[in-house]
Amino acid sequence: MTARTDRFGSFDLGHSGQAFRAAAEQDRAALIGYLTLGYPDVATSLDAFRTLATGCDLIEIGLPYSDPVMDGPTVQRSGTRALARGTRTRDLFGALEAIGETGTPAVVMTYWNLVEQYGVERFAADLAAAGGAGLITPDLTPDEAEDWFAASDKHDLDRIFLVSPSSTDQRIGSTVDACRGWLYATSVMGVTGARAETSSAAPELVARIRAQRDVAVGIGLGVSNGAQAAEIGAFADGVIVGSALVRTLLAAEEAGTPQDLTDLRALVEDLAAGVRGGQ
Amino acid sequence: MSEQMPDARGHFDRFGGKFVPEALYAALNQLEQAYAEARTDPAFHAELNDLLANYVGRPSPITEVKRFAEHAGNARIVLKREDLNHTGSHKVNNVLGQVLLARRMGKTRLIAETGAGQHGVATATVAALFGMECRVYMGKVDTDRQALNVARMQLLGAEVIAIESGSKTLKDAMNEALRDWVASVDHTHYVIGTVSGPHPFPMLVRDFQRIMSIEARSQVQQRYGQLPDYVAACVGGGSNAMGIFADFLSDGNVQLYGFEAGGEGVETGRHAAPIGAGSVGVLHGTRTFVLQDEDGQTKESHSISAGLDYPGVGPEHAWLADTGRAHYESVTDTEAMDALALLTRTEGILPAIESAHGLAGALRLGKRIAETDPDARPLILVSLSGRGDKDVETAISWFGLDGSVNASMGGDR
Repeated sequence: MTARTDRFGSFDLGHSGQAFRAAAEQDRAALIGYLTLGYPDVATSLDAFRTLATGCDLIEIGLPYSDPVMDGPTVQRSGTRALARGTRTRDLFGALEAIGETGTPAVVMTYWNLVEQYGVERFAADLAAAGGAGLITPDLTPDEAEDWFAASDKHDLDRIFLVSPSSTDQRIGSTVDACRGWLYATSVMGVTGARAETSSAAPELVARIRAQRDVAVGIGLGVSNGAQAAEIGAFADGVIVGSALVRTLLAAEEAGTPQDLTDLRALVEDLAAGVRGGQ
Repeated sequence: MSEQMPDARGHFDRFGGKFVPEALYAALNQLEQAYAEARTDPAFHAELNDLLANYVGRPSPITEVKRFAEHAGNARIVLKREDLNHTGSHKVNNVLGQVLLARRMGKTRLIAETGAGQHGVATATVAALFGMECRVYMGKVDTDRQALNVARMQLLGAEVIAIESGSKTLKDAMNEALRDWVASVDHTHYVIGTVSGPHPFPMLVRDFQRIMSIEARSQVQQRYGQLPDYVAACVGGGSNAMGIFADFLSDGNVQLYGFEAGGEGVETGRHAAPIGAGSVGVLHGTRTFVLQDEDGQTKESHSISAGLDYPGVGPEHAWLADTGRAHYESVTDTEAMDALALLTRTEGILPAIESAHGLAGALRLGKRIAETDPDARPLILVSLSGRGDKDVETAISWFGLDGSVNASMGGDR
């Protein structure tokens, strides 16, 4: 039988890819949980990230941005509110340190302008010093990433680029070559957002990726419960969940109890069981 | 000079590029290729030129405005009359070019962002002409202040979506159009209306708007036996300015002036002047001057003109500003509305508020030249990018008109 770990071949798993390896050694997919930094406020979001750490193998910290063109309404709303409540780029580094204490690794998802304005080199240095594993860059492809290549190499950070169903085989290959850690595959054409059904495009895309390169593949966009996580986890190396988690926090605020993480905790448990085959 | 710009990767030196989700790469590459093929295809140009002549009504005339120019020192002012185009602005030049490309690529659906509604109207118009499905994204603030254009687009068969996120203006409409496109690239073409966004849009839109300066250059030369000394235009995203500048870029003696929206005054922070008061950043797929805070969050822009109310600017303008080939200044809401009133009263031409920024700039240039060189009789070419019918509501509230008549006559008593 082929072990899941064989899929990685000689691909450089960097730091965050080790979470994929550890999960693969248990013959399952890794669970990656996303939340927006600063929502509902910076302090509560740190508690929310700690809650993610109870069931996720890797945490994705979303840095809120004013013009998030890859995000659907749920993530947008959380980001708009986080910014309105004063969340700053510098809050990221304290959050990374807080998450670091849980022992669960973390990567940052950010639109590129925030990194440029902080300073690419300075951002990389502070990210590495705070214990961050690397960056997911939804609007930066390897084509425009010279500065990021230099800074991520210098500070030994993971570079997680995205591929989509519209990517050519040639671009899938060159994107994997530029990645370190893992590859983020968007399973449907569209922005982030929980969907009732996951897409048939996902297994096709993963098959195309594997035909090009050995790599750890995380699938994102659309997963909202444990059953879907199990379904995606059957063929992907990592299952990324974002909007569904953010939605529990929006619902808590809606109910007048923004600090209530009960539903978040329950969803994390459901998802964690899902990637473990529903045990 | 501009002929070599942008480079193959869409860079204007340190500006421009393609900062977009990977999901859009295939569509941008397809567009680039379709344009490269169309450029050398005589049939493409023949069809475009036929539409420009017989549908749009090109060439648009140039009009000298002597009574208006009495307020501009010793300058002579000549307007390039894009307001006389079908649909009422320069926007249609670019839309026709892009829609012909969309058809070549087999796309059946068009989406567009719009601020003042001029680009939305132009896109809805061409969609009707070609029998294509059309959806236009427009900020809620703009659907309110440009209700007439919303109705025009709907009459043309387009679906108009009001965007309630962010600042509810052009920038947010562009975010939503990009989100739509990420999910629909297979059958949809995103008709970007300005010289911004990811490569190849800044190049493509400039090339399709270049007709403005190709015509104006020979019209001015023919009528005055010289080139204009100055060329002036308003700059939001910058498509009409790029169009009127493009063919003059290599004429070193022709000075190019772009006028950004100064809103309530650049010093108040409530403006839309990223070249004058912004900094270099990445917005909507391109690196350019952006209004942003210290962290890189986009700041809200402010302008009475919906079409200029945008916190970024096309990357080629950023580059022209950087190299000094073109000069950029800002014009306040008040200066623009004064110029709008003046042109209307002295010449019987009601300009769009956008274009009124270029007119106000020309008045300033003329007076400034008269102060430093009283003997000079500079010839200033101004892009009159659109007509002002859509702005009558705004003018009513700005000038305190209430729609009541001056007097009533006739009747039984």
